[in-house]
Amino acid sequence: MILAADGGTAGIQAGAEVKVRVRDLNVYYGTNHAIRDASLDIEQSQVTALIGPSGCGKSTFVRAINRMHDLTPSARVSGSVEIDGVDVYSRRVDPIVMRRRVAMVFQRPNPFPMSIFDNVAYGLRVNGERDRVRIAGLVEDSLRRAVLWDEVKDRMSDSGITLSGGQQQRLCIARVLALRPEVILMDEPASALDPIATVKIEELIAELRRDYTVVIVTHSMAQAGRVSDRTAFFLDGSIVEVGTTTQIFTRPKDRRTEDYITGRFG
Amino acid sequence: MIADSRLAPRRRLGGTAGILLTGFCSALAAGLLIVILGYVAIQGWGAINPAFVTQLPHPVGVPDGGVGNGIVGTIIIVAIAAVIAVPIGVLTGLYLAVYGRGLSAELIRFLAEVLSGVPSIAIGLFAYTICVKPFAHFSAFSASFAFAVLMLPLMIRTSEEAIRGVPTSIREGALALGLPDYGGVVHVVLPAARPLIVTGLLLAIARVTGETAPLLFTAFGSQFWELNPANPMAVLALQIFTYAISPYDDWHRQAWGGALLLILAVLVLNVGARLALGRHGKKS
Repeated sequence: MILAADGGTAGIQAGAEVKVRVRDLNVYYGTNHAIRDASLDIEQSQVTALIGPSGCGKSTFVRAINRMHDLTPSARVSGSVEIDGVDVYSRRVDPIVMRRRVAMVFQRPNPFPMSIFDNVAYGLRVNGERDRVRIAGLVEDSLRRAVLWDEVKDRMSDSGITLSGGQQQRLCIARVLALRPEVILMDEPASALDPIATVKIEELIAELRRDYTVVIVTHSMAQAGRVSDRTAFFLDGSIVEVGTTTQIFTRPKDRRTEDYITGRFG
Repeated sequence: MIADSRLAPRRRLGGTAGILLTGFCSALAAGLLIVILGYVAIQGWGAINPAFVTQLPHPVGVPDGGVGNGIVGTIIIVAIAAVIAVPIGVLTGLYLAVYGRGLSAELIRFLAEVLSGVPSIAIGLFAYTICVKPFAHFSAFSASFAFAVLMLPLMIRTSEEAIRGVPTSIREGALALGLPDYGGVVHVVLPAARPLIVTGLLLAIARVTGETAPLLFTAFGSQFWELNPANPMAVLALQIFTYAISPYDDWHRQAWGGALLLILAVLVLNVGARLALGRHGKKS
Protein backbone atom coordinates (compact mmCIF):
# COMPACT_ATOMS: atom_id res chain seq x y z
CA MET A 1 0.00 0.00 0.00
CA ILE A 2 0.90 3.63 0.08
CA LEU A 3 2.90 5.07 2.90
CA ALA A 4 2.81 8.63 4.09
CA ALA A 5 5.80 10.50 2.75
CA ASP A 6 7.05 11.56 6.13
CA GLY A 7 3.92 13.30 7.30
CA GLY A 8 3.17 10.45 9.64
CA THR A 9 5.81 11.33 12.16
CA ALA A 10 4.85 14.98 12.24
CA GLY A 11 1.49 13.98 13.66
CA ILE A 12 2.85 12.68 16.92
CA GLN A 13 4.70 15.80 17.95
CA ALA A 14 4.15 16.23 21.61
CA GLY A 15 1.75 18.94 22.66
CA ALA A 16 0.41 19.76 19.19
CA GLU A 17 -2.23 22.39 19.75
CA VAL A 18 -5.85 21.61 18.98
CA LYS A 19 -7.26 24.18 16.58
CA VAL A 20 -10.68 22.71 15.96
CA ARG A 21 -12.40 20.62 18.60
CA VAL A 22 -15.55 18.82 17.44
CA ARG A 23 -17.70 17.22 20.13
CA ASP A 24 -20.76 15.00 19.76
CA LEU A 25 -21.62 16.38 16.35
CA ASN A 26 -24.89 15.20 14.86
CA VAL A 27 -26.19 16.32 11.49
CA TYR A 28 -29.61 15.47 10.11
CA TYR A 29 -31.00 16.07 6.64
CA GLY A 30 -34.69 15.91 7.31
CA THR A 31 -35.06 12.47 8.88
CA ASN A 32 -31.74 11.20 7.54
CA HIS A 33 -29.20 11.02 10.35
CA ALA A 34 -26.01 11.81 8.39
CA ILE A 35 -23.48 12.30 11.20
CA ARG A 36 -23.74 10.39 14.49
CA ASP A 37 -22.01 11.62 17.64
CA ALA A 38 -18.77 12.48 15.88
CA SER A 39 -15.92 13.90 17.98
CA LEU A 40 -12.57 14.90 16.54
CA ASP A 41 -9.59 17.06 17.47
CA ILE A 42 -7.97 18.82 14.54
CA GLU A 43 -4.46 19.98 15.31
CA GLN A 44 -2.91 23.30 14.44
CA SER A 45 -0.65 23.45 11.35
CA GLN A 46 -1.36 19.88 10.36
CA VAL A 47 -3.14 18.36 7.41
CA THR A 48 -5.97 16.17 8.60
CA ALA A 49 -7.49 13.84 6.03
CA LEU A 50 -11.04 12.53 6.32
CA ILE A 51 -11.43 9.26 4.44
CA GLY A 52 -14.19 6.72 4.02
CA PRO A 53 -16.52 5.24 1.43
CA SER A 54 -19.02 7.38 -0.51
CA GLY A 55 -21.93 8.57 1.56
CA CYS A 56 -20.16 8.02 4.89
CA GLY A 57 -20.65 11.64 5.90
CA LYS A 58 -17.16 13.07 5.53
CA SER A 59 -18.33 15.98 3.35
CA THR A 60 -21.23 16.62 5.69
CA PHE A 61 -18.80 16.67 8.60
CA VAL A 62 -16.41 19.14 7.05
CA ARG A 63 -19.25 21.42 5.99
CA ALA A 64 -20.49 21.48 9.55
CA ILE A 65 -17.17 22.99 10.69
CA ASN A 66 -17.77 26.38 9.04
CA ARG A 67 -21.56 26.19 9.12
CA MET A 68 -22.14 25.69 5.42
CA HIS A 69 -25.26 23.76 6.36
CA ASP A 70 -26.88 27.07 7.24
CA LEU A 71 -27.69 27.31 3.54
CA THR A 72 -29.56 23.99 3.45
CA PRO A 73 -33.00 24.46 4.96
CA SER A 74 -33.51 20.76 5.71
CA ALA A 75 -30.21 20.36 7.58
CA ARG A 76 -30.09 20.37 11.37
CA VAL A 77 -26.90 20.35 13.43
CA SER A 78 -26.32 19.58 17.12
CA GLY A 79 -23.19 19.25 19.20
CA SER A 80 -20.31 21.70 19.22
CA VAL A 81 -17.48 22.78 16.93
CA GLU A 82 -14.96 24.85 18.85
CA ILE A 83 -12.34 26.88 17.08
CA ASP A 84 -9.73 28.18 19.52
CA GLY A 85 -12.19 27.30 22.24
CA VAL A 86 -15.20 29.19 20.83
CA ASP A 87 -18.19 27.21 19.63
CA VAL A 88 -19.02 28.36 16.09
CA TYR A 89 -22.64 27.44 16.70
CA SER A 90 -22.98 29.70 19.73
CA ARG A 91 -25.13 32.78 19.45
CA ARG A 92 -22.29 35.24 19.76
CA VAL A 93 -20.53 33.93 16.66
CA ASP A 94 -21.39 35.65 13.38
CA PRO A 95 -21.08 32.90 10.77
CA ILE A 96 -20.04 35.44 8.14
CA VAL A 97 -17.10 36.72 10.18
CA MET A 98 -16.22 33.17 11.23
CA ARG A 99 -16.06 31.92 7.62
CA ARG A 100 -13.31 34.43 6.85
CA ARG A 101 -11.16 32.54 9.34
CA VAL A 102 -12.41 29.09 8.37
CA ALA A 103 -12.43 29.05 4.59
CA MET A 104 -13.53 26.32 2.25
CA VAL A 105 -12.46 24.92 -1.10
CA PHE A 106 -15.07 22.85 -2.86
CA GLN A 107 -15.17 19.65 -4.85
CA ARG A 108 -15.86 21.34 -8.14
CA PRO A 109 -13.92 24.50 -8.90
CA ASN A 110 -16.37 27.38 -8.57
CA PRO A 111 -14.66 30.52 -9.86
CA PHE A 112 -16.86 33.58 -9.93
CA PRO A 113 -18.01 34.85 -13.32
CA MET A 114 -15.49 37.70 -13.29
CA SER A 115 -11.86 38.30 -14.22
CA ILE A 116 -9.02 36.28 -12.70
CA PHE A 117 -7.82 39.33 -10.81
CA ASP A 118 -11.28 40.12 -9.47
CA ASN A 119 -11.84 36.53 -8.41
CA VAL A 120 -9.02 36.95 -5.90
CA ALA A 121 -9.54 40.65 -5.19
CA TYR A 122 -13.26 40.28 -4.60
CA GLY A 123 -13.04 38.78 -1.14
CA LEU A 124 -10.55 41.47 -0.13
CA ARG A 125 -12.76 44.28 -1.35
CA VAL A 126 -15.82 42.85 0.32
CA ASN A 127 -13.88 42.61 3.55
CA GLY A 128 -13.11 46.31 3.46
CA GLU A 129 -9.74 46.54 1.69
CA ARG A 130 -9.81 49.68 -0.47
CA ASP A 131 -6.14 50.37 -1.18
CA ARG A 132 -5.57 49.39 -4.83
CA VAL A 133 -1.84 48.86 -4.42
CA ARG A 134 -2.32 46.61 -1.42
CA ILE A 135 -5.03 44.65 -3.24
CA ALA A 136 -2.80 44.14 -6.27
CA GLY A 137 0.03 43.00 -3.99
CA LEU A 138 -2.16 40.56 -2.10
CA VAL A 139 -3.62 39.19 -5.33
CA GLU A 140 -0.15 38.50 -6.71
CA ASP A 141 1.03 37.02 -3.44
CA SER A 142 -2.00 34.73 -3.19
CA LEU A 143 -1.68 33.58 -6.79
CA ARG A 144 2.01 32.87 -6.23
CA ARG A 145 1.27 30.84 -3.16
CA ALA A 146 -1.40 28.94 -5.09
CA VAL A 147 1.31 28.28 -7.74
CA LEU A 148 -0.84 29.86 -10.41
CA TRP A 149 0.86 33.24 -10.87
CA ASP A 150 3.19 32.27 -13.72
CA GLU A 151 0.33 30.79 -15.69
CA VAL A 152 -2.02 33.75 -15.38
CA LYS A 153 0.11 36.85 -14.83
CA ASP A 154 -0.30 37.96 -18.46
CA ARG A 155 -4.03 37.40 -18.61
CA MET A 156 -5.33 38.75 -15.34
CA SER A 157 -8.33 40.39 -16.97
CA ASP A 158 -9.54 37.20 -18.66
CA SER A 159 -12.60 35.57 -17.16
CA GLY A 160 -11.86 33.02 -14.43
CA ILE A 161 -14.09 30.61 -16.33
CA THR A 162 -11.64 30.47 -19.27
CA LEU A 163 -9.04 28.66 -17.15
CA SER A 164 -8.64 24.87 -17.19
CA GLY A 165 -10.22 22.84 -14.39
CA GLY A 166 -6.98 22.49 -12.44
CA GLN A 167 -6.18 26.18 -12.83
CA GLN A 168 -9.69 27.08 -11.74
CA GLN A 169 -9.25 25.05 -8.57
CA ARG A 170 -5.94 26.76 -7.81
CA LEU A 171 -7.67 30.08 -8.46
CA CYS A 172 -10.29 29.12 -5.89
CA ILE A 173 -7.50 28.28 -3.44
CA ALA A 174 -5.79 31.62 -4.17
CA ARG A 175 -9.10 33.33 -3.54
CA VAL A 176 -9.24 31.70 -0.13
CA LEU A 177 -5.56 32.40 0.69
CA ALA A 178 -6.01 36.10 -0.04
CA LEU A 179 -8.21 36.37 3.03
CA ARG A 180 -5.48 34.83 5.23
CA PRO A 181 -7.75 32.30 6.93
CA GLU A 182 -6.58 30.15 9.81
CA VAL A 183 -8.28 26.93 8.82
CA ILE A 184 -8.79 25.75 5.24
CA LEU A 185 -11.41 23.09 4.65
CA MET A 186 -11.12 21.18 1.39
CA ASP A 187 -13.94 19.00 0.19
CA GLU A 188 -12.39 16.57 -2.30
CA PRO A 189 -10.50 19.41 -3.98
CA ALA A 190 -8.93 17.21 -6.65
CA SER A 191 -11.72 14.81 -7.48
CA ALA A 192 -12.79 16.74 -10.58
CA LEU A 193 -9.21 17.13 -11.83
CA ASP A 194 -6.87 15.17 -14.05
CA PRO A 195 -3.76 13.49 -12.55
CA ILE A 196 -1.33 16.28 -13.38
CA ALA A 197 -3.59 18.94 -11.90
CA THR A 198 -4.05 16.68 -8.89
CA VAL A 199 -0.30 16.52 -8.30
CA LYS A 200 -0.11 20.31 -8.37
CA ILE A 201 -2.92 20.64 -5.85
CA GLU A 202 -1.26 18.07 -3.59
CA GLU A 203 2.07 19.90 -3.72
CA LEU A 204 0.20 23.04 -2.85
CA ILE A 205 -1.44 21.42 0.16
CA ALA A 206 1.97 20.30 1.38
CA GLU A 207 3.07 23.94 1.19
CA LEU A 208 -0.02 25.21 2.96
CA ARG A 209 0.63 23.01 5.97
CA ARG A 210 3.29 25.42 7.19
CA ASP A 211 0.93 28.34 7.69
CA TYR A 212 -2.53 26.86 7.92
CA THR A 213 -4.55 24.16 9.55
CA VAL A 214 -5.89 22.08 6.67
CA VAL A 215 -8.73 19.58 6.68
CA ILE A 216 -9.08 17.60 3.47
CA VAL A 217 -11.87 15.25 2.55
CA THR A 218 -10.66 12.73 0.06
CA HIS A 219 -11.91 9.75 -1.80
CA SER A 220 -8.46 8.56 -2.55
CA MET A 221 -6.51 6.78 0.16
CA ALA A 222 -3.38 7.33 -1.87
CA GLN A 223 -3.98 11.05 -1.65
CA ALA A 224 -4.61 10.91 2.09
CA GLY A 225 -1.32 9.01 2.41
CA ARG A 226 0.58 11.56 0.36
CA VAL A 227 -0.68 14.80 1.85
CA SER A 228 -1.89 14.27 5.39
CA ASP A 229 -0.35 14.11 8.84
CA ARG A 230 -3.40 12.69 10.53
CA THR A 231 -6.29 10.66 9.18
CA ALA A 232 -9.82 10.05 10.41
CA PHE A 233 -11.77 7.12 9.01
CA PHE A 234 -15.52 7.63 8.60
CA LEU A 235 -18.13 4.92 8.17
CA ASP A 236 -21.91 5.32 8.13
CA GLY A 237 -21.79 8.78 9.68
CA SER A 238 -19.48 7.86 12.56
CA ILE A 239 -15.77 8.31 13.07
CA VAL A 240 -14.37 4.82 13.42
CA GLU A 241 -10.74 5.63 14.02
CA VAL A 242 -8.40 8.61 14.20
CA GLY A 243 -4.63 8.55 14.26
CA THR A 244 -1.49 9.59 12.49
CA THR A 245 -1.68 8.77 8.85
CA THR A 246 1.17 6.27 9.18
CA GLN A 247 -0.56 4.47 12.00
CA ILE A 248 -3.94 4.35 10.23
CA PHE A 249 -2.38 3.00 7.06
CA THR A 250 0.03 0.52 8.64
CA ARG A 251 -1.38 -0.50 12.00
CA PRO A 252 -5.10 0.24 12.04
CA LYS A 253 -6.63 -0.67 15.38
CA ASP A 254 -10.16 -1.20 14.16
CA ARG A 255 -11.06 -4.15 11.98
CA ARG A 256 -13.30 -1.98 9.76
CA THR A 257 -10.50 0.50 9.12
CA GLU A 258 -8.23 -2.35 8.12
CA ASP A 259 -10.86 -3.76 5.78
CA TYR A 260 -11.27 -0.40 4.10
CA ILE A 261 -7.56 0.34 3.87
CA THR A 262 -6.83 -3.05 2.36
CA GLY A 263 -9.58 -2.60 -0.16
CA ARG A 264 -11.97 -5.22 1.12
CA PHE A 265 -14.86 -2.80 0.74
CA GLY A 266 -15.63 0.82 -0.16
CA MET B 1 -36.00 -15.00 -40.60
CA ILE B 2 -34.01 -11.80 -40.53
CA ALA B 3 -34.46 -11.37 -44.23
CA ASP B 4 -38.18 -12.17 -44.01
CA SER B 5 -39.88 -8.91 -44.84
CA ARG B 6 -43.51 -9.97 -45.18
CA LEU B 7 -44.58 -7.66 -42.37
CA ALA B 8 -42.42 -4.85 -43.56
CA PRO B 9 -44.50 -3.26 -46.37
CA ARG B 10 -47.34 -2.22 -44.10
CA ARG B 11 -45.03 -1.00 -41.40
CA ARG B 12 -42.93 0.84 -43.88
CA LEU B 13 -46.00 2.45 -45.38
CA GLY B 14 -47.19 3.59 -41.96
CA GLY B 15 -43.79 5.01 -41.17
CA THR B 16 -43.54 6.83 -44.44
CA ALA B 17 -47.04 8.24 -44.08
CA GLY B 18 -46.18 9.49 -40.58
CA ILE B 19 -43.02 11.18 -41.74
CA LEU B 20 -44.86 12.76 -44.64
CA LEU B 21 -47.62 14.04 -42.36
CA THR B 22 -45.28 15.63 -39.82
CA GLY B 23 -43.17 17.02 -42.67
CA PHE B 24 -46.24 18.46 -44.35
CA CYS B 25 -47.43 20.17 -41.17
CA SER B 26 -43.98 21.60 -40.48
CA ALA B 27 -43.77 22.89 -44.04
CA LEU B 28 -47.22 24.40 -43.66
CA ALA B 29 -46.24 26.23 -40.48
CA ALA B 30 -42.92 27.43 -41.87
CA GLY B 31 -44.54 28.26 -45.21
CA LEU B 32 -47.22 30.36 -43.57
CA LEU B 33 -44.59 32.37 -41.72
CA ILE B 34 -42.57 32.86 -44.89
CA VAL B 35 -45.67 33.91 -46.83
CA ILE B 36 -46.58 36.47 -44.15
CA LEU B 37 -43.04 37.82 -43.97
CA GLY B 38 -42.75 37.83 -47.75
CA TYR B 39 -46.10 39.53 -48.27
CA VAL B 40 -45.32 42.23 -45.70
CA ALA B 41 -41.90 42.70 -47.24
CA ILE B 42 -43.28 43.06 -50.76
CA GLN B 43 -46.05 45.39 -49.69
CA GLY B 44 -43.95 47.40 -47.30
CA TRP B 45 -40.66 47.62 -49.15
CA GLY B 46 -41.90 50.36 -51.48
CA ALA B 47 -42.92 52.56 -48.59
CA ILE B 48 -39.60 52.44 -46.83
CA ASN B 49 -37.21 55.25 -47.65
CA PRO B 50 -35.22 57.77 -45.63
CA ALA B 51 -38.20 60.13 -45.41
CA PHE B 52 -40.42 57.35 -44.10
CA VAL B 53 -38.27 56.72 -41.06
CA THR B 54 -37.32 60.33 -40.34
CA GLN B 55 -40.37 62.49 -41.15
CA LEU B 56 -43.61 63.30 -39.43
CA PRO B 57 -46.85 61.90 -40.88
CA HIS B 58 -48.33 64.03 -43.63
CA PRO B 59 -52.04 64.62 -44.17
CA VAL B 60 -53.79 62.53 -46.76
CA GLY B 61 -52.90 63.53 -50.29
CA VAL B 62 -49.63 65.21 -49.36
CA PRO B 63 -46.86 62.97 -50.67
CA ASP B 64 -44.02 61.61 -48.54
CA GLY B 65 -44.42 61.81 -44.82
CA GLY B 66 -43.32 59.10 -42.45
CA VAL B 67 -43.53 57.46 -39.09
CA GLY B 68 -40.38 58.95 -37.55
CA ASN B 69 -42.24 60.15 -34.48
CA GLY B 70 -43.84 56.71 -34.07
CA ILE B 71 -40.43 55.01 -34.10
CA VAL B 72 -39.08 57.41 -31.49
CA GLY B 73 -42.28 57.06 -29.45
CA THR B 74 -42.06 53.27 -29.52
CA ILE B 75 -38.48 53.39 -28.28
CA ILE B 76 -39.32 55.84 -25.46
CA ILE B 77 -42.39 53.92 -24.31
CA VAL B 78 -40.69 50.52 -24.38
CA ALA B 79 -37.60 51.91 -22.65
CA ILE B 80 -39.64 53.34 -19.77
CA ALA B 81 -41.59 50.06 -19.55
CA ALA B 82 -38.31 48.14 -19.31
CA VAL B 83 -37.01 50.49 -16.61
CA ILE B 84 -40.12 49.69 -14.57
CA ALA B 85 -40.37 45.97 -15.33
CA VAL B 86 -36.70 44.95 -15.06
CA PRO B 87 -36.02 45.72 -11.39
CA ILE B 88 -39.36 44.40 -10.21
CA GLY B 89 -39.17 41.32 -12.43
CA VAL B 90 -35.55 40.46 -11.63
CA LEU B 91 -35.96 40.96 -7.89
CA THR B 92 -39.14 38.89 -7.86
CA GLY B 93 -37.35 36.18 -9.84
CA LEU B 94 -34.49 36.37 -7.36
CA TYR B 95 -36.87 35.98 -4.45
CA LEU B 96 -38.52 32.98 -6.07
CA ALA B 97 -35.26 31.33 -7.03
CA VAL B 98 -33.28 31.89 -3.86
CA TYR B 99 -35.46 32.70 -0.89
CA GLY B 100 -39.03 31.92 -1.83
CA ARG B 101 -40.46 28.79 -0.30
CA GLY B 102 -43.85 27.36 0.43
CA LEU B 103 -47.16 29.06 -0.04
CA SER B 104 -46.05 32.64 -0.68
CA ALA B 105 -43.70 31.61 -3.48
CA GLU B 106 -46.31 29.33 -5.04
CA LEU B 107 -48.85 32.13 -4.89
CA ILE B 108 -46.51 34.62 -6.59
CA ARG B 109 -45.68 32.08 -9.29
CA PHE B 110 -49.35 31.36 -9.85
CA LEU B 111 -50.25 35.06 -10.04
CA ALA B 112 -47.44 35.72 -12.52
CA GLU B 113 -48.74 32.84 -14.60
CA VAL B 114 -52.26 34.27 -14.54
CA LEU B 115 -50.97 37.74 -15.34
CA SER B 116 -49.19 36.43 -18.44
CA GLY B 117 -52.53 35.12 -19.66
CA VAL B 118 -54.50 38.32 -19.15
CA PRO B 119 -55.45 39.84 -22.54
CA SER B 120 -53.42 42.94 -23.30
CA ILE B 121 -56.57 44.97 -23.92
CA ALA B 122 -57.63 44.33 -20.33
CA ILE B 123 -54.26 45.49 -19.09
CA GLY B 124 -54.63 48.58 -21.28
CA LEU B 125 -58.00 49.23 -19.70
CA PHE B 126 -56.42 48.92 -16.28
CA ALA B 127 -53.67 51.36 -17.23
CA TYR B 128 -56.33 53.70 -18.56
CA THR B 129 -58.22 53.57 -15.29
CA ILE B 130 -55.29 54.33 -13.01
CA CYS B 131 -52.91 56.35 -15.23
CA VAL B 132 -55.16 58.21 -17.68
CA LYS B 133 -58.50 58.90 -16.07
CA PRO B 134 -57.23 60.57 -12.89
CA PHE B 135 -55.11 62.98 -14.97
CA ALA B 136 -57.78 63.50 -17.60
CA HIS B 137 -55.41 63.11 -20.53
CA PHE B 138 -53.65 60.36 -22.44
CA SER B 139 -49.94 59.89 -21.90
CA ALA B 140 -47.01 57.85 -23.11
CA PHE B 141 -46.30 56.97 -19.51
CA SER B 142 -49.63 55.17 -19.16
CA ALA B 143 -48.66 53.06 -22.19
CA SER B 144 -45.31 52.31 -20.57
CA PHE B 145 -47.15 51.24 -17.47
CA ALA B 146 -49.35 48.85 -19.47
CA PHE B 147 -46.28 47.47 -21.28
CA ALA B 148 -44.45 47.04 -17.98
CA VAL B 149 -47.35 44.97 -16.65
CA LEU B 150 -47.21 42.85 -19.82
CA MET B 151 -43.44 42.37 -19.50
CA LEU B 152 -43.48 41.61 -15.81
CA PRO B 153 -44.55 37.94 -15.89
CA LEU B 154 -42.00 37.23 -18.63
CA MET B 155 -39.24 38.96 -16.67
CA ILE B 156 -40.17 37.11 -13.49
CA ARG B 157 -40.14 33.73 -15.16
CA THR B 158 -36.92 34.17 -17.14
CA SER B 159 -35.12 35.73 -14.16
CA GLU B 160 -36.16 32.92 -11.86
CA GLU B 161 -34.99 30.31 -14.35
CA ALA B 162 -31.74 32.17 -15.03
CA ILE B 163 -30.92 32.52 -11.34
CA ARG B 164 -31.90 28.93 -10.63
CA GLY B 165 -29.50 27.89 -13.38
CA VAL B 166 -26.52 29.36 -11.51
CA PRO B 167 -24.90 26.45 -9.65
CA THR B 168 -25.35 26.60 -5.87
CA SER B 169 -21.64 25.90 -5.64
CA ILE B 170 -20.89 29.43 -6.82
CA ARG B 171 -23.10 30.87 -4.11
CA GLU B 172 -21.44 28.59 -1.56
CA GLY B 173 -18.04 29.75 -2.78
CA ALA B 174 -18.98 33.33 -1.99
CA LEU B 175 -20.39 32.32 1.37
CA ALA B 176 -17.22 30.41 2.21
CA LEU B 177 -15.20 33.58 1.64
CA GLY B 178 -17.04 35.20 4.49
CA LEU B 179 -19.42 37.12 2.31
CA PRO B 180 -22.84 37.89 3.62
CA ASP B 181 -25.37 35.93 1.61
CA TYR B 182 -26.80 39.00 -0.12
CA GLY B 183 -23.26 39.99 -1.16
CA GLY B 184 -22.76 36.70 -2.96
CA VAL B 185 -26.15 36.97 -4.55
CA VAL B 186 -25.68 40.53 -5.77
CA HIS B 187 -22.05 40.31 -6.90
CA VAL B 188 -21.78 36.70 -7.96
CA VAL B 189 -25.12 35.04 -8.67
CA LEU B 190 -26.78 37.91 -10.53
CA PRO B 191 -23.79 38.55 -12.84
CA ALA B 192 -23.67 34.83 -13.63
CA ALA B 193 -27.36 34.90 -14.51
CA ARG B 194 -27.13 38.13 -16.47
CA PRO B 195 -26.84 36.73 -20.02
CA LEU B 196 -30.05 34.74 -19.58
CA ILE B 197 -31.82 37.67 -17.95
CA VAL B 198 -30.80 39.92 -20.87
CA THR B 199 -32.14 37.31 -23.27
CA GLY B 200 -35.42 37.29 -21.37
CA LEU B 201 -35.55 41.08 -21.47
CA LEU B 202 -35.01 41.18 -25.24
CA LEU B 203 -37.78 38.63 -25.76
CA ALA B 204 -40.10 40.58 -23.45
CA ILE B 205 -39.35 43.76 -25.41
CA ALA B 206 -40.01 41.95 -28.68
CA ARG B 207 -43.28 40.75 -27.23
CA VAL B 208 -44.60 44.22 -26.29
CA THR B 209 -43.18 46.17 -29.22
CA GLY B 210 -45.92 44.85 -31.47
CA GLU B 211 -48.71 45.30 -28.93
CA THR B 212 -51.38 47.69 -30.16
CA ALA B 213 -54.50 47.14 -28.10
CA PRO B 214 -53.33 48.76 -24.83
CA LEU B 215 -52.03 51.77 -26.76
CA LEU B 216 -55.46 52.75 -28.08
CA PHE B 217 -56.49 54.41 -24.85
CA THR B 218 -53.12 55.10 -23.25
CA ALA B 219 -50.49 56.56 -25.61
CA PHE B 220 -53.31 57.51 -27.97
CA GLY B 221 -51.02 58.73 -30.75
CA SER B 222 -49.77 62.10 -31.86
CA GLN B 223 -49.02 64.01 -35.05
CA PHE B 224 -45.99 65.75 -33.55
CA TRP B 225 -42.49 65.02 -32.35
CA GLU B 226 -43.58 64.33 -28.85
CA LEU B 227 -40.81 63.46 -26.41
CA ASN B 228 -42.52 64.19 -23.11
CA PRO B 229 -43.90 60.95 -21.62
CA ALA B 230 -46.59 62.94 -19.81
CA ASN B 231 -48.24 63.75 -23.16
CA PRO B 232 -49.92 61.58 -25.75
CA MET B 233 -47.27 60.10 -28.03
CA ALA B 234 -47.10 58.54 -31.47
CA VAL B 235 -46.35 54.81 -31.51
CA LEU B 236 -45.49 52.75 -34.58
CA ALA B 237 -47.98 49.97 -33.89
CA LEU B 238 -50.74 52.53 -33.39
CA GLN B 239 -49.87 54.32 -36.63
CA ILE B 240 -50.09 51.03 -38.50
CA PHE B 241 -53.53 50.47 -37.03
CA THR B 242 -54.74 53.98 -37.90
CA TYR B 243 -53.34 53.83 -41.44
CA ALA B 244 -54.64 50.34 -42.08
CA ILE B 245 -58.26 51.12 -41.24
CA SER B 246 -58.21 54.34 -43.26
CA PRO B 247 -59.74 54.37 -46.74
CA TYR B 248 -56.67 55.83 -48.46
CA ASP B 249 -54.26 53.88 -50.62
CA ASP B 250 -51.12 55.78 -49.73
CA TRP B 251 -51.90 55.34 -46.03
CA HIS B 252 -52.31 51.62 -46.64
CA ARG B 253 -48.86 51.61 -48.19
CA GLN B 254 -47.50 53.38 -45.12
CA ALA B 255 -49.20 50.82 -42.89
CA TRP B 256 -47.38 48.03 -44.72
CA GLY B 257 -44.11 49.92 -44.44
CA GLY B 258 -44.65 50.33 -40.70
CA ALA B 259 -45.52 46.67 -40.31
CA LEU B 260 -42.31 45.71 -42.10
CA LEU B 261 -40.28 47.95 -39.77
CA LEU B 262 -41.94 46.42 -36.76
CA ILE B 263 -41.30 42.87 -37.94
CA LEU B 264 -37.68 43.71 -38.68
CA ALA B 265 -37.29 45.19 -35.20
CA VAL B 266 -38.77 42.09 -33.57
CA LEU B 267 -36.56 39.91 -35.76
CA VAL B 268 -33.46 41.82 -34.70
CA LEU B 269 -34.47 41.49 -31.03
CA ASN B 270 -35.00 37.76 -31.39
CA VAL B 271 -31.71 37.23 -33.16
CA GLY B 272 -30.02 39.39 -30.51
CA ALA B 273 -31.56 37.25 -27.78
CA ARG B 274 -30.27 34.14 -29.51
CA LEU B 275 -26.78 35.55 -29.82
CA ALA B 276 -26.72 36.54 -26.16
CA LEU B 277 -27.81 33.02 -25.30
CA GLY B 278 -25.24 31.43 -27.61
CA ARG B 279 -22.39 33.38 -26.07
CA HIS B 280 -23.55 32.33 -22.65
CA GLY B 281 -23.72 28.68 -23.71
CA LYS B 282 -20.18 28.70 -24.99
CA LYS B 283 -18.76 30.30 -21.90
CA SER B 284 -20.02 27.88 -19.30
